[in-house]
Amino acid sequence: METIEKRMLTGNKAMAEAIALEMERDPTVFVLGEDVGKYGGIFGSTQGLFDQFGADRVMDTPISETAFIGAAIGAAAEGMRPITELMFVDFFGVCMDQIYNHMAKIPYMSGGNVKLPMVLMTAVGGGYNDAAQHSQTLYATFAHLPGMKVVAPSTPYDLKGMMISAIRDDNPVVFMFHKTLQGLGWMDQLDASISHVPKEDYTVPLDKANVVREGKDVTIVGLQMTMHYALEAAEKLAEEGIEAEVIDLRSIAPIDKETIIKSVKRTHRLIVVDEDYLSCGISAEVSAIIAEEALYELEAPVKRIAVPDVPLPYSRPLEQFVLPNANKIYDEAMKLINEW
Amino acid sequence: MSMTRERINIPVEKLKWMYETMVKSRYYEDVMVEAYNEGKKPVFNIGAGPVPGEMHLSTGQEPAAVGICAHLTKDDTVTSPHRPHHHAIAKGVDLNRMTAEIFGKVTGLGKGKGGHMHLFDPEVKFSCGGIIAAGIPHAVGAALAAKKKGKDWVAVAFVGEGAANAGGFHESLNLAALWKLPLIVVVEDNAYGISVPKSGSTAVASNDLRAAAYGIEGAYVRNNDPIEMYLASEEAVRRARNGEGPTIIEIETHRYLGHFQGDPEMYRDKEEVPNLRKIDPITKIRDLMLSEGIATEEETAQIEVRAKKDVDDAYHFARESEYPAPEDALKDVFSS
Repeated sequence: METIEKRMLTGNKAMAEAIALEMERDPTVFVLGEDVGKYGGIFGSTQGLFDQFGADRVMDTPISETAFIGAAIGAAAEGMRPITELMFVDFFGVCMDQIYNHMAKIPYMSGGNVKLPMVLMTAVGGGYNDAAQHSQTLYATFAHLPGMKVVAPSTPYDLKGMMISAIRDDNPVVFMFHKTLQGLGWMDQLDASISHVPKEDYTVPLDKANVVREGKDVTIVGLQMTMHYALEAAEKLAEEGIEAEVIDLRSIAPIDKETIIKSVKRTHRLIVVDEDYLSCGISAEVSAIIAEEALYELEAPVKRIAVPDVPLPYSRPLEQFVLPNANKIYDEAMKLINEW
Repeated sequence: MSMTRERINIPVEKLKWMYETMVKSRYYEDVMVEAYNEGKKPVFNIGAGPVPGEMHLSTGQEPAAVGICAHLTKDDTVTSPHRPHHHAIAKGVDLNRMTAEIFGKVTGLGKGKGGHMHLFDPEVKFSCGGIIAAGIPHAVGAALAAKKKGKDWVAVAFVGEGAANAGGFHESLNLAALWKLPLIVVVEDNAYGISVPKSGSTAVASNDLRAAAYGIEGAYVRNNDPIEMYLASEEAVRRARNGEGPTIIEIETHRYLGHFQGDPEMYRDKEEVPNLRKIDPITKIRDLMLSEGIATEEETAQIEVRAKKDVDDAYHFARESEYPAPEDALKDVFSS
């Protein structure tokens, strides 16, 4: 019998390994951001890189996001491949001008004559009571604005493969990693935050969703934590004889319409789960795709589970009330099957 | 540094208030360390226990807060960053409701919605927030409002030394200088922005020097000295109330604990904090009061008992309070 050796890595180590491999391969790749040096990134995204590559290529910055994200843009325009970290996505407010009016638009405004091969990586997500200014995902805020690829990988395997793709991509890529899926010792320890990761370099495309569980009764679309909740709900639904198909969106811009439409054509029911705010978000986008392109495939209304339109509250019972979870998905799926 | 009687040009009551407030503030953080660790041992999980989430404690940084708040009334505004407890206590924030907020209770300042980084007590014009340098423009606004209302109120923005490198710092000071607003920016130089030392984040030796860039006054307080902080603040507040414009005060202070609780602190020498604790400002001010005959042992003991009782009462109030109803999460997005 052939055995496959598993190489288990946490999300953060998978990311850091991807960056290290690319830095070895390509001298134009460098990292800059707050506490990315000796500390290794607050959420471990650059763990070990400082020791391996030194301060010239793994640069700590002052708390000056406008300056260092803007500098990454300037360096990228000169042909470097900077990876810059916005510590929490919530901090985008102080530097959104550089991100959106410059990083996202310069390639377009130059008629394609200026390329910005850079990665803006940033930590997203709540669930650990960090309150309104440190718990958002803001997936849709970035995906709404044209000119940036926006990805949000859900597994260590994809974190590595999509990071390598992001670094090699000639466009600006916003790379959102979920704090709870980094596998950090000081947060919730989830099985989902550790998995087999091949040692060598490999790429995962930046525009393809992933069907992580096949089923015929209902399609559940999620990403990062909500995809893992969907899988958990699907296990429970299976005990009731309901087979849910779970799609890991992975890429938010561009969004992989084809995979979603194909799935709904098979299951005829759709639930979209999102850790972002409900209105004008990914759940609306996915619903609109189906309304436009597969409306008559539906045998039931589309259901959305997302953060109701309130900021993330601090207190545990309040935060748990607004965040999606496996039970909410299970209940919604049961209703969708039983009532339609 | 020796402190002589001649140098202590401070009313006795103010000195005693500063001592009591520093003791209260220090004990508050000691209690908070214990409460925060609850449910997080043996395995640390930031989301576990009665006080979850990030926790940034101010142990060691008390002189900055008391030195200037000794000159403020409840009509003056204070804005504070992610490490706010010492400022809140010195500004007279309701300790019960502040503590209840940190425990996520419905009796808290924000009914459990804000947490430790987002405390708002409009009664004493105190607020804080989790985004670096973001409180400075709010203080500019408060100072502008005071001017428009014809009051001699001042606004104080506390920030860490890391915030001096953020855009909001420069824009705010330029504006406040232009409009000659009663603003004082207190830069607490605790030597690190999370892990990055001051020398790794700016080429400027001390941030009071930046005052020249805005055409305003700057002062620098060495050795985490509450007396010097009091004196520098006295002058800055006087100027502000007289319409003479903003001041930057930088104080060299010390963060005894991690950036947040659970910080592995690999970026600093293990001996650093024990050495700093040997020159503790609370001990120094107590020794000073005793040696100068300002207070007796009995008096300082009474002050300590009183300060600790306030904290214990607040702690019990918070523990005994109820959590908000889950569906209350949907309230307060808009005022009704």
